[in-house]
This record gives sequence, C-alpha cells and structure tokens, in this order.
Amino acid sequence: MSTIYDRGAPGRRAVALPALQNSEEELLLELPPALRRRNPPRLPEVSQPELVRHYTELSRMNYGVDTGFYPLGSCTMKYNPKLHEDLARLPGFSGLHPLLPPEECQGALAVLWELGELLQGITGMPGVTLQPAAGAHGELTGMLLLKRWLEDRGETGRTKVLLPDSAHGTNPASAAMVGFTVVSLPSDRRGMVDLEALKRALGPDVAGIMLTVPNTLGIFEEDILEITELVHGAGGLCYFDGANFNAYLGRARPGDMGADIFHINLHKTFSTPHGGGGPGAGPVTVSEALVPYLPVPGIVRRGDRFELDWDRPKSVGRVHPYHGNFLVAVRALAYILTLGDEGMREVSAGAVLAANYLKALLQDVYRVPYDRLVKHEFVLSGAGLGEGIRTLDVVKRLMDYGFHPPTIYFPLIVPEALMIEPTETEPKEVLDAFAEALRAIAREAREDPQLLKEAPHGTPVRRLDEARAVREPRLRIQFEKS
Amino acid sequence: MIPKDLRYTEDHEWVRLEGDRAVVGITHHAQGQLGDIVFVELPPVGKRVRRGEKVAAVESVKAVGEVNAPLSGEVVAVNPAVEGSPDLVNKDPYGQGWLFALRMAAPGEVDGLLDAAGYEAFLKGTR
Amino acid sequence: MNPYVPHTPDDVRGMLEKIGISDVEGLFSDIPPEVRARHRPLGLPARDELAVSRHLGSRAAESTGARLVPFLGGGLYDHYIPPVVGHVLSRSEFFTAYTPYQAELSQGTLTWMFEYQTMVCELTGMEVANASMYDGATALAEAVLMAARATGGRTVLVPRSLLPHVREVLATYAWGAGLTLTDVPYGPDGRMALGAVPEGTCALVVAQPNALGILEDLSGLKERLGKAFLIAYANPIVLAVVEPPGSFGADVVVGEGQVLGNPIAFGGPLLGFFATRMEHLRRMPGRVSGETRDAHGKVGYVMTFQTREQHIRREGATSNICTNSALCALAATVYLAALGPGGLRRVALLAYERAHVLAERIGRIPGYGLAFSGPFFHEFVVRCSNPAGAVEKLRRAGIAVLPPEFLAPLGVRQGFPVAVTEKRTDEELDLFVSALEGR
Repeated sequence: MSTIYDRGAPGRRAVALPALQNSEEELLLELPPALRRRNPPRLPEVSQPELVRHYTELSRMNYGVDTGFYPLGSCTMKYNPKLHEDLARLPGFSGLHPLLPPEECQGALAVLWELGELLQGITGMPGVTLQPAAGAHGELTGMLLLKRWLEDRGETGRTKVLLPDSAHGTNPASAAMVGFTVVSLPSDRRGMVDLEALKRALGPDVAGIMLTVPNTLGIFEEDILEITELVHGAGGLCYFDGANFNAYLGRARPGDMGADIFHINLHKTFSTPHGGGGPGAGPVTVSEALVPYLPVPGIVRRGDRFELDWDRPKSVGRVHPYHGNFLVAVRALAYILTLGDEGMREVSAGAVLAANYLKALLQDVYRVPYDRLVKHEFVLSGAGLGEGIRTLDVVKRLMDYGFHPPTIYFPLIVPEALMIEPTETEPKEVLDAFAEALRAIAREAREDPQLLKEAPHGTPVRRLDEARAVREPRLRIQFEKS
Repeated sequence: MIPKDLRYTEDHEWVRLEGDRAVVGITHHAQGQLGDIVFVELPPVGKRVRRGEKVAAVESVKAVGEVNAPLSGEVVAVNPAVEGSPDLVNKDPYGQGWLFALRMAAPGEVDGLLDAAGYEAFLKGTR
Repeated sequence: MNPYVPHTPDDVRGMLEKIGISDVEGLFSDIPPEVRARHRPLGLPARDELAVSRHLGSRAAESTGARLVPFLGGGLYDHYIPPVVGHVLSRSEFFTAYTPYQAELSQGTLTWMFEYQTMVCELTGMEVANASMYDGATALAEAVLMAARATGGRTVLVPRSLLPHVREVLATYAWGAGLTLTDVPYGPDGRMALGAVPEGTCALVVAQPNALGILEDLSGLKERLGKAFLIAYANPIVLAVVEPPGSFGADVVVGEGQVLGNPIAFGGPLLGFFATRMEHLRRMPGRVSGETRDAHGKVGYVMTFQTREQHIRREGATSNICTNSALCALAATVYLAALGPGGLRRVALLAYERAHVLAERIGRIPGYGLAFSGPFFHEFVVRCSNPAGAVEKLRRAGIAVLPPEFLAPLGVRQGFPVAVTEKRTDEELDLFVSALEGR
C-alpha cells in the first residue's frame, strides 16, 4: 500500500497559484523572529495527474453503497440520491458565511426552519435543534438537556441513567460525559427490557433512561408505553436513540410513545452519505417540557422572515459553533420533500420487509438467538458453524463473495453476533444472492474451514494483523531526520 | 489449566499466597477469552485497594478486561515485564504473566476465594 | 413507489410469503396499536426531482449574503478550493462508505486517514493526530476534557480573545463536565496577558492567531503551566509559516480545518483537527488509522487503539464520538497534497500580504486605524467611531464584513473585523477602500 508521500518529486505541484507582490523571503522577515517557522511542514510534492491517479487508486480499494450491498447493522447504509449532492453544491448554500446577519441568509435559514418543522412533525415532538453534528453529539445534547432540566427543578440528586445492556456504546459514553452514572438493565428472554428489573432500578436517584427503539436486536419494545410510563412515574425522563428510526418512519412517532428527547441520524434514516465515517448530523427533537432548554440560537419564522432566537434564558448553550451540519440538512430536506408521507411509509415498509425476508432465508442455517418479528435489522449468531470458526472468519469470507460484511460482535448480549440491516433500497435479487453467499459460507465452514480462516482471498490486502498495529504503533509516516 | 496451588475469583483472577503477600494475575481462561493481549495497565506501587475495586486492565485489540483486587491491601510490586511484553499474559498467565502483588490488609478475606476445584466448577457452570 | 425503493408488488408478495405474513401492515403488528393510531401524517405530497430541485434552488438564491464580496473571517475563511479536491471527493467509493470497520475493504479510507494524520502532525508539530472531530470548537472542548482527566484539575484558563462562539461551545461542554472557565485578558497589543496560574488548573487555551487576528507568542507558556495542559487552537494555514505550537511544548493542538479545502457551507459540515503527544495517546478521543501487515507481510492499515473508543469501553471511553468529519478530512488531505509545502506557504503569504496591504490603506483613511498594535496575520480589527456606519457603507458597495457585534463579547466596542484571503483581488481591495472613503 503506497501513500501519497511515495509519489512525486521535490518541486512538483498540482495547482497554479497567483504570484506574490513581494518575495517570500521579504514577507517572512516581516514576521516576528520567534514566530517564524523554522522547518516547513513535510507535505507531498506531486503533479496534478499523480494526485488524481493516487486517490483514484485508493478509491478503488474502498467499498461504498454505490459499490454494492452494505448491510452494516445499526448504520442504515441506504442509497444516497445523487440530486442531493448537486443541491448541496449550489453556491448559495456552500458559499454562505454563517456569521452574516440573518437578513442576508434567508434562504439558508428557511432550509433549516423547514427541516426542523418537518422533523418535529415526523417525530411528533414540539421542539427541535439542528445543531448536533452526529448521532453521538445528539446524545450528548440530550444528556445536557436532561442535566439542565434536573438542575432547573432542583433535582440534582438524580444522577443515574438507566441503559439496557443491548445499547450502543455511544449511549453510556454520552451519559458519562455529563457526569451521569450508568446503570445497566438486563434484557429478558424476549430480547426486550426486563420490566421487573426496570421497576427495581427506578428510584429518586434516577435521572432517566436511554432506549434504542427498536433495540439493537432489531426488536420493537412491545412494552414501550409501560416503560415510559414507569420512568415518568418515577420522576425521570425518556431519551430515545433514533439510530433505528428507519424501522418505523412514517408509521409511528416517538412523541406518541412517551419520548422526551429523541435524536435523529440524518445520515441513516434520511439518506445523506456517510462520507467514509462522517460528516453526518444528529438533530434532536424534544417534548414540551424541554423546549426552554434547547441550544441557542433557535431558528424561528416571523411573518415571512426567518430569524435567530436568542431569547432562551434556560438554554444549555451552544453545542455547535454555528447551525450544525447545514449541507447535510439540505440533503435531508430534499429527501423528505421527494418522499412525502407515502414515500416515508414505503421506506419503513421496505426496510422491515427486507430484514424479515433475509432472516427467513437464513434462519435454518444460522442461529437466531431472539427469534421474533423484527424491524429493520436482525441479529444472527455465527457460533457453532464449524470447528474453530468464528463470526470474524465468516464475514471475512463474505468479502470474497463481493459483499460488505454486516456489523459483528454487537450487540454484546449475543455471542458471535452478526447484525444485518439490509435497508429498503436493495432489490430482492441482491438479498437472495447475499443469503446464498452466507449459506455457502456455512457449508464451507464445515467442509473447508481453512478457506474461512485465511479469508479474505480477493481483497487488496489479506487479513491484517491488528495486534501488531497496537504493539508497534505506527500512526503517521516517520521521515528521515532532516 | 487450573493450578491446584492457587486461589481464584469469579472475575477470573488468580492469587498466589506468599506469607502476607498475594501475587495476582488473570487465569488461562480469561486470557483465552480476551485473545491477543496488547496492553497492560498496572497500578502504582503503594496504592491501597479494597477487595473488588478495579486495579488494573488487560487489553486485547477489541476488548478490555478489568482486573479487580481479589483482596484488600497495598500494592507492593508490579510486573514490569508485562508492560513491555503484554503477550506474556497469553503465553504464561500463571508465571511470567503475573500482574501485581499486594500486602494483604485483611488476610481473613482469603476464605472468600475459590480453590481450584471451586473455580473449575464455576467455569463449567458459566459455560 | 418512491425512486429509491425497488420492490415491485410481485417482489413484496414473494417476500411476504417467505416470511409467512399476509400483508405489509402485519410487519408492524409489534408496535402497540394505540401508538400506531396516534400517528398523524404531515400532509406532505411526494414531489418529482424537478420540483425539489426548483424549491431548493430558489432557497439557495434567496441568501443575498452569498453574492457579496466576502472579507469575512471569525474562524471560517474563503480560501480557494482547487477543483481537483471536489473531483476526488466525488468518487463515491469514498463518500458512500462508512467508518472503515472492515479494513480489507477500506484500504482507501484507512490509507488517506494515515496520510491525513501525518499532515496534521507536520502542520502542528505534534506526534499523533486523530482522523477528525466535528469542528474546531468541539475539538477544543474534547481537548479540555482530556486535560481534566489527565491532570485532575477543574479550572480552564481561556483567553478573552478566543472566538466567542467557540468559547460558547466550550462553556457548554465544561458545564456538563463540571469544569470552570476562567478568563485570561488581553493587552493593548491584542495579545493574551497571562497572570498567575491558579492551583487546580487543568489547561490553558491559547489561540493562534486569536479572534482579533493577532499572533500570540507561545514562548515560555508551557513552562509556567507545569503538568497542566497547553492547548493551542490554531489556524492550519497560518501554521505554514508560523512556528507550530508543538515547538512550544503544547500538549494538544486543535483547530478548524475548514480552511483546508472545505467550503464555508453556512458553518457545517466543518473539520476539527486534533493532535497530541504519544504520551497522551491513550487519552486521545477519536479514530486513528495505524500501519500494520497482512497475513502475507504486505503493508496495510487498520483502525487501531480502539479500546479508547465508546464501542468498546462504553462509559469509560475517552469520548462518545463515533461519526466524525471524515469526508472533510479527505478534502484537507487532497488539498494539502495538491498544494504541497510551497503552495501552502504561498496561500498563507498571499493572505498575509493582501491583508497587510489593505490594513495599511485603511489606516490612511482619516478616522480609521488598527485597533491593536500586535502582529497580525490575515485578519485585523479596524477601529473607527461608527463601525455600524462603516459596515453599512461596505454593504452598499457589495462587500461583506462581520457585524461589529461579533466582537462585543470580547469587549471591542469601536471596531469591526476584516479578513483577507488569496482570493481577494486588487480590484476588490480598491472597492473596499473607496467604499470606506465615500460618504
């Protein structure tokens, strides 16, 4: 694997830039001597063709939704419509500075306001902030809201946040960042929150609960109304993690289930591209009681004008330096407007149909630890396929069949977990082919386990030694001493 | 792989009693569950710990095994070798892969530890 | 049927049959009926691509600010983005992938992450960098949380000359974590004037340059802090020619990477960069790509030191961050590779030169001058008796500067900030000066 530093030669450059009026030396001498940089940063020196070849080559060693099926559980790797990319590049959006007075930014504020209104309607919750830049950032914002709400009511003795043992790792990490103590709740045999355990855990020291709906097993909490009622009855609030919102988009609303705080991953449910790890966006909608605490500034409409609302004396403050990931919001708005109510129902229908269908195609070969109707994703176990075969081996072999692997080893409550989320955008033929590949791999696990152990065979690199990467850390290019 | 002369906890620590000292490591079973161990975090010598308190951590690439103090006391020694070569915990968990030693504050706590047979039964029960 | 869902009625029938459920509604029988009954649609019709395109196209056209000549800064700057950056980013193998959990299928992402980490280290003078945070403000907040964990201190020294909205984000995070922010004033030259370092300090933040545009001298700061962290919030383009914070013993260097090949985009998405020393690696937030070998000995890259992260260590993680700003970091990588050391220096010096030309010309206009005497880079504060009137004059000429209120939280009453990049032409500088001269 070569890096951009392996290409080029001293003096090459990829861009023609304007000339200076003075010489570089003269200008550098103007800087105070203590501030003048002694050694220039070592950056690549490449011509434009070399640059383009290098990154094109790297792109070909990657796998995206546009490459093929990407059933990464909990990540909703659905197709990213191309119209949205063009819209996000409009100069009126991409070139606009956020610190201009609102009267100069009416179009952008209108986009944010429209999206905010739609998200409130879709979630059935009366308040929104678009500032959070990612799902975990939305969680953090939610925990800050919870803390402020408690403080405002003088209930600072509520320091515990309850979390089902199937929760995403971001949930406990977000709660801990604002000083809450995390209490884990066991799942019951159905894969749902154990109501008796919940009742035992509730008390005057509980700030609230963080729930993922449907949960990370892909199972809808059938007792959701009872759970939120119990938590509210005990004086706590209910945070819903919206990572799995694709499962019931257009059919049910968290606000109708008792959610007080809900974050939405625009890069999951609302189709914005994942960017190789980001950027995404994690807007948060809230119940009436939490509206006064939302981050400033809010975006409001007065007549036909859009304004910034700073009049929130109880606000948690800013969580983003400007208005959140605006270009992600543009894409999400385009998506919602394209779909309309009916299109959103088709999304959840297609996602749930695909997940249950794929599960039906696989459950005679792979163990389904919690075998129920699922929503947008399901969890299999790779245990017991063959002597010494682990889930890791199964998914590495899956690459040889041309598929991106599902999420593995999560949720933690299923040994050797394979968490599969097909999304609504895959044709039936692709689901059939994927199931056929996983069935073939299960056969190979018995007949030729070494084939799996040594997989993948057809990728740009073979299985990589992750232990070595920690034992001998090389986290940047080490240059010869100059 | 459960030496008869050691005592054990349900958190998969082993204890070798040497007078008022207790040498502590993680069991063969625990290292196998973690996989390739790449990092060991040890307590400072002199630290006082209570039984059950988190005192060290053993990390593989994808997991963190927290090591709790099997007994109350003061940390009197740590094993510098496992900091440099964490894989010693994989290769020789009961020998060169020991983690730290305590001077016991409440020797009576020893009675609460499992013996080899008890630990073996515990492992069978959790399987 | 919406254009992104491919299931025909035949497909649906076949799939339902395999599942053993008679209709699509049956797939949702596990949602309590009263919840489903409460659902209210938005009354939103589906729209065709042309209609959506028209609607958002007109929204884009409604922001008059995008048509002004920008002399705008305040943390985001209008630098030239070479088209090659956008073309590389439009490879959908990059932008439709996610976090590289499966290394063998993600060597493209992991390799550029490794390149990016190298470049950030080079710019900042640090030893290790993560693969990005959301933006400079949250990167700074995370650096402060890291300092608090490492030192046990609860007090953060924050210069009054830090960007106000960056400080507001930091204040929100600090409140959440129970930390106290203490102001460090600035002097008449606009430079930070650090007094005594109180007991229990976990970090000193220093901005390079600060929100007044003034370059700080970092010499001797770390020595005064002891084990408390020196955290620099730096502009990476300025670091092309200014000695990096790493040379002054900084423990963490963060900043806003938008300037490296990313559009201003109404303030998002942005790019927070984060670099530190190897001794702090295990406390660092965020993803990291590391070099290793495959089963045949070939060099490859993996996400490494993952036990710091939330998906493994949960409430004990160094941060809750998961999704980051990867695509913006790729833009920065391609931008820096395209410019190289010479091009980056040129961009920095062009901005410096043009800013100084403009500042000097403004200084010759009666009633106008520079508010601070310290050395500045490409942004400066113009002092005048009626800043609102001056900004309005510029606006009438088609020029945008930040409103004077922007600096009010910093205690600047009689001025407004001006930022200049390599994109501003001689004609635009002339226009600026003649607009101020006019009445």
